[in-house]
Amino acid sequence: MPTSTAPDADTSLPGKIPITLTVNGTEAQLQLSPWVSLLDALRDRLNLTGTKKGCDHGQCGACTVIVDGRRVLSCLTLAVMKDGAKVTTVEGLASGGTLHPVQQAFIDQDAFQCGYCTSGQICSAVALIAEGRAKSADEIRELMSGNICRCGAYPNIVAAIQQAMGRA
Amino acid sequence: MINFRYSRAGDVADAVRQIASEPRAKFVAGGTNLLDLMKYEVERPGHLIDISRLPLTGIEETASGRVRIGALVPNSDLAYHPLIEERYPMLSSAIRAGASQQLRNMASTGGNLLQRTRCSYFYDVATPCNKREPGSGCSAIDGHNRMHAILGTSEACIATHPSDMCVALAALEANVNVAGPAGERVIAFADFHRLPGDTPQRDTNLEPNEIITAIELPARGFAQNYTYIKIRDRLSYAFALVSVAAALELEGKNIKEARLALGGIAHKPWRDENAEAALRGQNATRDTFKRAADILLSGAKAYAHNAFKIELARRAIVRALTQAAQGTPQSQSNKKVL
Ligand SMILES: Cc1cc2nc3c(=O)[nH]c(=O)nc-3n(C[C@H](O)[C@H](O)[C@H](O)COP(=O)(O)OP(=O)(O)OC[C@H]3O[C@@H](n4cnc5c(N)ncnc54)[C@H](O)[C@@H]3O)c2cc1C
Ligand code: SF4
Ligand code: FES
Ligand code: FES
Repeated sequence: MPTSTAPDADTSLPGKIPITLTVNGTEAQLQLSPWVSLLDALRDRLNLTGTKKGCDHGQCGACTVIVDGRRVLSCLTLAVMKDGAKVTTVEGLASGGTLHPVQQAFIDQDAFQCGYCTSGQICSAVALIAEGRAKSADEIRELMSGNICRCGAYPNIVAAIQQAMGRA
Repeated sequence: MINFRYSRAGDVADAVRQIASEPRAKFVAGGTNLLDLMKYEVERPGHLIDISRLPLTGIEETASGRVRIGALVPNSDLAYHPLIEERYPMLSSAIRAGASQQLRNMASTGGNLLQRTRCSYFYDVATPCNKREPGSGCSAIDGHNRMHAILGTSEACIATHPSDMCVALAALEANVNVAGPAGERVIAFADFHRLPGDTPQRDTNLEPNEIITAIELPARGFAQNYTYIKIRDRLSYAFALVSVAAALELEGKNIKEARLALGGIAHKPWRDENAEAALRGQNATRDTFKRAADILLSGAKAYAHNAFKIELARRAIVRALTQAAQGTPQSQSNKKVL
């Protein structure tokens, strides 16, 4: 058994670090402790709760956001490491009153049930389409495999992505 | 998560200086393994040195025809780089077989080598584990060991190395370029990861104050006859039970050169000189492949729940060598193993 789980020596708390993030086009200045994940910064500091915390360990994809054009897991990202980055969350996809084609396709194809995985699925799908590597249903499934859906809406998710690809 | 201090490294020399002056510091690159382990309090660094902004992001050909990959190249960029897809498709394939696109976008080349085992006892701080707490015992040897090693194990630890990318790098005979307080050195891939022995807490021969700067691939890429087969509990996004990187150079039916490396079965990517020697100079037939598989697995030792891995590995080796010989590498999208 480990004797202690606390960091060994220095017990004084490190100071907060000033960072700038551009989230969905809006610049935000934040003062964050180094251990704050990008996920917690988005949800708890910027009140953008569309991004979900599923496992908090990189295993489910619910926390997927797009950072500098690449889909990443915000639960395994330290916010301070992304100082200066551009972040897109599910809240930033629609323009004006019009849903993003991927959002519309998820509604048209009934691609969710409880909806907990959905913002991660949608951000992942938006990036997948931009990457341009998935053409067949097999390729979509493979490149979406980092997004788990506990409700098992997978066939409809693939259909929604195919619909959005047709429109793009 | 635990508390820690944070700083950024300005350049490689600064990174080495910072790590040498902070006994409880660790580098962080993609963070996908380290931050996960910190959340479980398996890793408890007092200070993180962020190396993610260092300019070690190039993939370039050297004058001698080798290819140098910067330690901070994301796994996804490496897998899809034209030079890698064309000359080292086995590496591309192995990377695409691992993790998910989000994780591959984050994970760095150097960090992939240093990812720690997925042994569930290693992750569970309430259980004894010699790798996490030297001397506390190994919970896996008499516990649930279905995912564990069959070759190169010790009384102290039977964990596996979880990387897919490293299996291909072992087969390609890559070099690892590192820098430390004493300057730079080159570590051959075979000497990079260690067997557990009685020091399972040490996964690799990298010194604590050293930084990986690059991986170098020899010119020989086996682009014609190769495959990477990964067998796991679900079709995607799961660690290997057994994986095989196989690469051949053929002259007609005759095998001129052979490389065979396995993942999921040992504490390091597993190669066997004798198995490869048994392929060289022979005709590429099923019997030849079976003989190589038998040699590679001759010392295999099963524990209570992982005996199936021995036969699985045998069949995977034969299948992989068949795919390589036929020039029909495993698809990483359509998972049907042909
Ligand atoms: C859910 C999940 C599934 C996964 N599935 C797979 C899979 O199927 N196959 C697979 O191969 N991998 C898989 N991975 C693991 C993933 O590939 C690794 O976590 C990743 O490669 C680590 O790279 P990183 O840059 O994020 O490392 P980090 O987490 O930043 O660092 C890991 C370690 O390396 C050290 N380090 C990093 N860079 C350097 C450097 N340049 N020099 C010296 N030290 C350094 C750090 O100090 C740390 O100790 C999975 C991960 C997760 C979370
Ligand atoms: S196999 Fe290794 S990592 Fe797993 S419990 Fe035993 S000592 Fe720890
Ligand atoms: S919450 Fe990030 S992957 Fe599950
Ligand atoms: S819709 Fe419920 S988890 Fe996907």
